[in-house]
Amino acid sequence: MMAYIVRRTLYAIPILIGVNLLTFLLFFVVNSPDDMARMHLGAKRVTDQAIEQWKVERGYDKPLVFNLEAEGLGQVTDTIFFDKSLRLFAFDFGQSDSGRNIGHDIGQRMWPSLAIAIPIMLVGLLVNITFSLLLAFFRGTYLDFWGVVLCVAMMSISGLFYIIGGQVLLGKLLNLFPISGYDIGAHAWKFLVLPVIIGVVSSIGSGSRWYRTLFLEEINKDFVRSARAKGLSEQRVLIGHVLRNALIPILTGVVVVLPTLFMGSLLLESFFGVPGLGSYTIDAINRQDFAIVRAMVFLGAVLYILGLLLTDISYTIADPRVRLE
Amino acid sequence: MMPFQPVMLATDALIYLLLVLAVSFAWYTRRHDHLRAPWRRVARSHTAMGALVIIGVYVVIGLLDTFHFRLANGEDEQGNVRYASEIHSALDLLATPLRERREKTYSAPFATHLYARETIELPDGGQVRDFPRLKWGGAHLEDPVRDRNADILWRMLAGIAIGAGVWLALMVLYTWRKAGDGRQWWSDPDKGPQRTAAWIGLLMLVLLGLSLTLAGAYHVLGTDKVGEDVFYQSLKSIRTGLVIGTLTTLVMLPAAILLGIMAGYFRGWVDDVIQYLYTTLSSVPGVLLIAAAVLMMQIYMSNHQDEFNSLTERADLRLLFLCVILGVTSWTSLCRLLRGETLKLRQLEYVQAAQAFGVGHFTTLVRHILPNVMHIVLIVVVLDFSGLVLAEAVLSYINIGVDPNTNSWGNMINSARLELAREPLVWWSLLAAFLFMFVLVLAANLFADVVRDAFDPRLRERS
Repeated sequence: MMAYIVRRTLYAIPILIGVNLLTFLLFFVVNSPDDMARMHLGAKRVTDQAIEQWKVERGYDKPLVFNLEAEGLGQVTDTIFFDKSLRLFAFDFGQSDSGRNIGHDIGQRMWPSLAIAIPIMLVGLLVNITFSLLLAFFRGTYLDFWGVVLCVAMMSISGLFYIIGGQVLLGKLLNLFPISGYDIGAHAWKFLVLPVIIGVVSSIGSGSRWYRTLFLEEINKDFVRSARAKGLSEQRVLIGHVLRNALIPILTGVVVVLPTLFMGSLLLESFFGVPGLGSYTIDAINRQDFAIVRAMVFLGAVLYILGLLLTDISYTIADPRVRLE
Repeated sequence: MMPFQPVMLATDALIYLLLVLAVSFAWYTRRHDHLRAPWRRVARSHTAMGALVIIGVYVVIGLLDTFHFRLANGEDEQGNVRYASEIHSALDLLATPLRERREKTYSAPFATHLYARETIELPDGGQVRDFPRLKWGGAHLEDPVRDRNADILWRMLAGIAIGAGVWLALMVLYTWRKAGDGRQWWSDPDKGPQRTAAWIGLLMLVLLGLSLTLAGAYHVLGTDKVGEDVFYQSLKSIRTGLVIGTLTTLVMLPAAILLGIMAGYFRGWVDDVIQYLYTTLSSVPGVLLIAAAVLMMQIYMSNHQDEFNSLTERADLRLLFLCVILGVTSWTSLCRLLRGETLKLRQLEYVQAAQAFGVGHFTTLVRHILPNVMHIVLIVVVLDFSGLVLAEAVLSYINIGVDPNTNSWGNMINSARLELAREPLVWWSLLAAFLFMFVLVLAANLFADVVRDAFDPRLRERS
């Protein structure tokens, strides 16, 4: 097991190098730092001096890959590639373009993101499993048919409308919850209820439909038939046999997204003014802060790869038939 | 002398290409019985036929909006025709009344008065604060309070009559030509799905009739902040949605197909390299990759402004670029599916036989592998469509989508969102974007499900 984990981790290294090179290409080679400076400083007739100063302040004044002026090892280390890209491997994100420490910001903003993402995931799982189990119980009836139609209809609504609709209906018209904002400590729950409800409702369509397919797949298998032949009631067959076996793909699907929960939800956080990583990313995009976007791209890739690794491991724990090669 | 000069934008060219591909694909399918079989299954589904009619209406509007031209605008001294600098589409021309009837600012659907109070000068020199009359909406009414509802009712009846009349004429023509006797067609149990399509068609024609009679006299979906008709904006957004939904897959297809079947067929180091490529790309979160790429494009565009001839052209290139970027982030799943299917296919007897006969790799790929993975390509293209239409709205909302000057549902939502804080609520822009998007995406989802079940029920999409 240990050897497998080590090997999988080693596989991740070339991928991370690839991601790193990709971001470097995208951010520094497609457009030179001069272009970035000009974009930031706005006006077309900006002096060369101002551009130079902007670059020096942010450390973009060095050569890209090779520094011919430096000596010895400095030829490689005293460059943008080393400073801005390679340091990401050590999770040293450096400074944002507005001069704040990105690593520190990420560490602080991760918690509000988790405070929203974890309840959404848990409640969503519960709601989706219950709903899809009901559909599976009534399979082949009109209830099932219209349930699936409802799922497809809910899938066809843009996430934006769930948020806007929820804010207007529950926040503004019924005045049940504050429309946006965030608080730390005991009062935080008030601000969390609305985003969590909306997050869960918007996941019902695709989630329930997917789980229903998983259940129906299990229902046709031999062991379910033997369970029925034993004389078990339909409820017990569904919960004891079908649900238990369908949980394997469901839970592994959850494990994949576990690490990315840290990244937060872009839309929910920006609509509700939650100071998490999602709104951090959106703000960075709107302010065109390249350092933050670069850091988030890398962080996102790391977390995604971590998710894949966890999935593989959880498969072997949940399903003994899967053997590690 | 031509009254107009055709203009071909970059996305127009690709849409025409897509059209040619679709028509030749349909023509090829018609002549091969084994290819027609799954489509017959699709045709037997009530939902698919109904959804197809709705998608068809959207496509027709989108195509009308694709034919761009410059209108002639007088002659110069030598007698040469001068053309206006503005680029219009056929849809613009048809909807001229909608486009040109601008109010001052917000007004509710079917309103005759502006949304906000203003100081109005009375003829006798006095001033009063009241809701001013709209310049166009309901301007033909003498006394809006008394006449409006009756006028709307009459116009609705006329619209329904026009729609139903056209439908009836079409149906009589169709059933008479096809079946000889109309009654037979209406009672034939095999024609059930076609009748569903006919009923949906009736609905669409009635809606068309209604918009003919109502949209000219009122702002049926209200007006936005600068007084532009929301109904017109929604119609214009259809093209953007369709372009994002279809061109993205068209752009990514060559790479995904080529790399996917190469990885599965050659295995070895080719497979390793291709797998590495798509694992790397798919491990970057899609939104962030799109954001990074769009930011870089914005820099390029702001530093090279003189390279673009007009705003329309610039917005169009940005739309195309967005398609390419979305394609780069979404080709990986198709590539993975194709690789798996090719791995399976290359073990089959007919591929082995081809290899034993000394058929070259290229010929084997084109003649034996490619035709047998095309159904997967088709399913993915159809399945991806609705997701991409939804993605456009989200991306435009975070300002990394289409150009702010392009009409799109995402931009409509984005600009309407700030109006939610207003009292009373300005809800019509959101409702319009919601309705137009929902109908299209729902129809596409329903259609995609049927297509997937008909072509390969085992291929499930993790949504």
